[in-house]
Amino acid sequence: MPEFTMPSLGADMDEGTLVEWRVAPGDRVRHGDVVAVVDTAKAAIEVECFADGLVDRLLVEPGTTVPVGTPLATIVPAGAPRPEPEPKPEPAEAAPAPEPRPTPEPEPEAPSRVSSPLVRHLAEAKGVDLARVHGTGRGERITRTDVDRATGAEPRARVTPYARRLAAGSGVDLRRVTGTGARGTIRAEDVRRAGRRPAKAPEPAPRPEEPRPEEPRPAADRRTAMRRAIGRLMSRSKREIPHYYVSTTIDMSPALSWLRERNRELPVSRRVLPAALLLKASALAAREVPELNGHWIDDGFVPSEAVHLGVAIALRGGGLVTPALRDAGLRTPEDLMAALKDLVGRARGGRLRGSELTGATLTVTDLGDQGVETVTGVIYPPQVALVGFGKVVERPWAVDGLLGVRPLVTATLAADHRASDGYGGARYLEAVTRLLQDPEGL
Amino acid sequence: MSEPARTAAKRARRTRAGTSGTSGSPGNPGNPAGKAADGRSGKAPGTITYREAMREAIAEAIERDERVFLMGEDVGRYGGCFAVSLGLLERFGPERIRDTPLSEAAFVGAGIGAALAGMRPIVEIMTVNFSLLALDQIVNNAATLRHMSGGQFGVPLVIRMTTGAGRQLAAQHSHSLEGWYAHVPGLRILAPATVEDARGMLWTALEDPDPVLLFEHGSLYNASGEPPAAAGPVDIDRAAVRRPGRDVTLITYGGTLPGTLAAAGRLAEDGIEAEVVDLRTLRPLDDETIMASVRRTHRVVIVDEAWRSGGLAAEVSARVTEQAFYDLDAPVERVCGAEVPTPYAAHLERAALPGPDDIAAGARRAVRNDA
Repeated sequence: MPEFTMPSLGADMDEGTLVEWRVAPGDRVRHGDVVAVVDTAKAAIEVECFADGLVDRLLVEPGTTVPVGTPLATIVPAGAPRPEPEPKPEPAEAAPAPEPRPTPEPEPEAPSRVSSPLVRHLAEAKGVDLARVHGTGRGERITRTDVDRATGAEPRARVTPYARRLAAGSGVDLRRVTGTGARGTIRAEDVRRAGRRPAKAPEPAPRPEEPRPEEPRPAADRRTAMRRAIGRLMSRSKREIPHYYVSTTIDMSPALSWLRERNRELPVSRRVLPAALLLKASALAAREVPELNGHWIDDGFVPSEAVHLGVAIALRGGGLVTPALRDAGLRTPEDLMAALKDLVGRARGGRLRGSELTGATLTVTDLGDQGVETVTGVIYPPQVALVGFGKVVERPWAVDGLLGVRPLVTATLAADHRASDGYGGARYLEAVTRLLQDPEGL
Repeated sequence: MSEPARTAAKRARRTRAGTSGTSGSPGNPGNPAGKAADGRSGKAPGTITYREAMREAIAEAIERDERVFLMGEDVGRYGGCFAVSLGLLERFGPERIRDTPLSEAAFVGAGIGAALAGMRPIVEIMTVNFSLLALDQIVNNAATLRHMSGGQFGVPLVIRMTTGAGRQLAAQHSHSLEGWYAHVPGLRILAPATVEDARGMLWTALEDPDPVLLFEHGSLYNASGEPPAAAGPVDIDRAAVRRPGRDVTLITYGGTLPGTLAAAGRLAEDGIEAEVVDLRTLRPLDDETIMASVRRTHRVVIVDEAWRSGGLAAEVSARVTEQAFYDLDAPVERVCGAEVPTPYAAHLERAALPGPDDIAAGARRAVRNDA
């Protein structure tokens, strides 16, 4: 029977608090229905169901904090039983796959490329479908590492026994500790250093086996928790991703004058801000330079055909979320504007949907309204690039040998050097520039 | 080995032991007291040598308990191959200081018989290499008789022997085989590394109702130290922390203790505080002291002049892993003798033995984890 599990709503989320149920046992649910509200370190999120069927049992009480992947409810499948397309524990997995995956057999025969019972057992225990796992062993046999990778687990780091014990005792997450010993071995000293970095008393990590009931986080804690979550994610990004940066200055006068004409015909409530044009251009350019659009998963780049633009939205009281504008390249600027307004409103109201929090393939951060001219961003893992726009400013600018005053915006690109090179980054910014010179095409 | 060859070897050892003693130890060049006729030599005023401490311990035991006597090859007229028993024959007579024929099996067997008959024999075997000739007596008889007799007979025997290298006596006189004996249940294995332990361990060993083997490292005989204020028995159940420290535990015993302490001194100059644990008793091992130290420092270097493979260092390492695994912040390091028959040539012999440099390097590997 398919289970509805605690989804991972970002690379930085490892547990969530169930705030309320939107369904009751016996309710009919369809793929995409909101069934529950989950509180994460960042915001309360409406979580959608990934299966059609009848809600059978609710397994977790509201107010309970459980690790990602914990079953929250069971769902009786509608009609013929179908394989469970559950949210995966890693956002990488939840991201749209480049190709539709082959539907596995409900009870897959143990594939012959599996080499050992241990691997089969492990896969079973972790709920990994071996038919989907790519084997890296001899003769494409699936190894234990492959199964671990399929669950989103990072390769096991070298940790001294004492360091492991210290980390368990102090709640330090070893995945976020840099080892300074031989071959990157994490030693006690590294754990102590990592333990000192966050707030004074790091909360002990709850054991995954025994979810403990907990009050929903009070708002004051939310800020601390969010800073910690952002800190962890951004530290990981800066640690793991070899960033490179390119930037350019874009003449915005064609785009802005076109927009002025356009807005004249629209009621005030539907007027389009330059931000929408920048988003559209960013999305279209990403289709031209596919190595910037997708995810870095398991030591390899997985490009995405669709462009789901993550938009960095600052929240009241600090912090930010980056929900996705799905298929941004296919929408009109008016659509994008409406969607953006909707997202900002719901992000600040704490009512984002789970599917919006995952799945972005490229993030845009627009700090123009804050008055800065340049923003050089930090990539949101597992994405491989981040586009930054500053404020549109009027500056002297030479066009066709004549000096004039033009509205200019500085566009930057921070990109993952593992997935692309500066050349690709330059082509991307060139494409954005070109697209913005021809606003009718947007 | 033929008898003439062994006699020649003995003479060589005796000469070396004697000459190095009378010429003064490196620490005390030109000490005028070094020429004393009784062999008290090579020491600073107010101190005694390890050799003298051992001799005093034997003399005291003979005086305290009429059942105690010393026997072995050349312990009487010759004064002992390393001059430990020099002068004792004159003092106590041939009943208590007995020269034996060149047959380790025979006189160790006689010692076992005497112990069974109620005596408290101290049997001296020249080196651990020769003790292999008495291996059957030690392992099959001394170690097992209490068990084989259902507890009716014990063998309160003390066997002293010299072990270790460093004096250019070549392979057949230089090996450290105490680890082999430490393998055997029914034996207690002691390794006095200090003058105080040399002075005190013998009496404690004689009080043990079961066989005790005492391993005296040949390079220690000329070491000198303060005579212990109380010459009474010392604890032979506990290892000793010879130097406290917090960064790494150096575990050693016997002849490698001085080198290990020297290494700890060098490490301290680099800001690494090494704790030095002297095992003292190789069987039974004092796990409690070892683990307490490991739990303080989280890093372990085991220093053992014996060969690494299957040796005592391996045993200690295994115990640390069994009992203190979750306190380890680095792999256990072993600094051991090269796995070769100990060479004769001085520079090769030096190269084959763990010295302070090797020990300090092992400790640095453990502390910095930068192997």
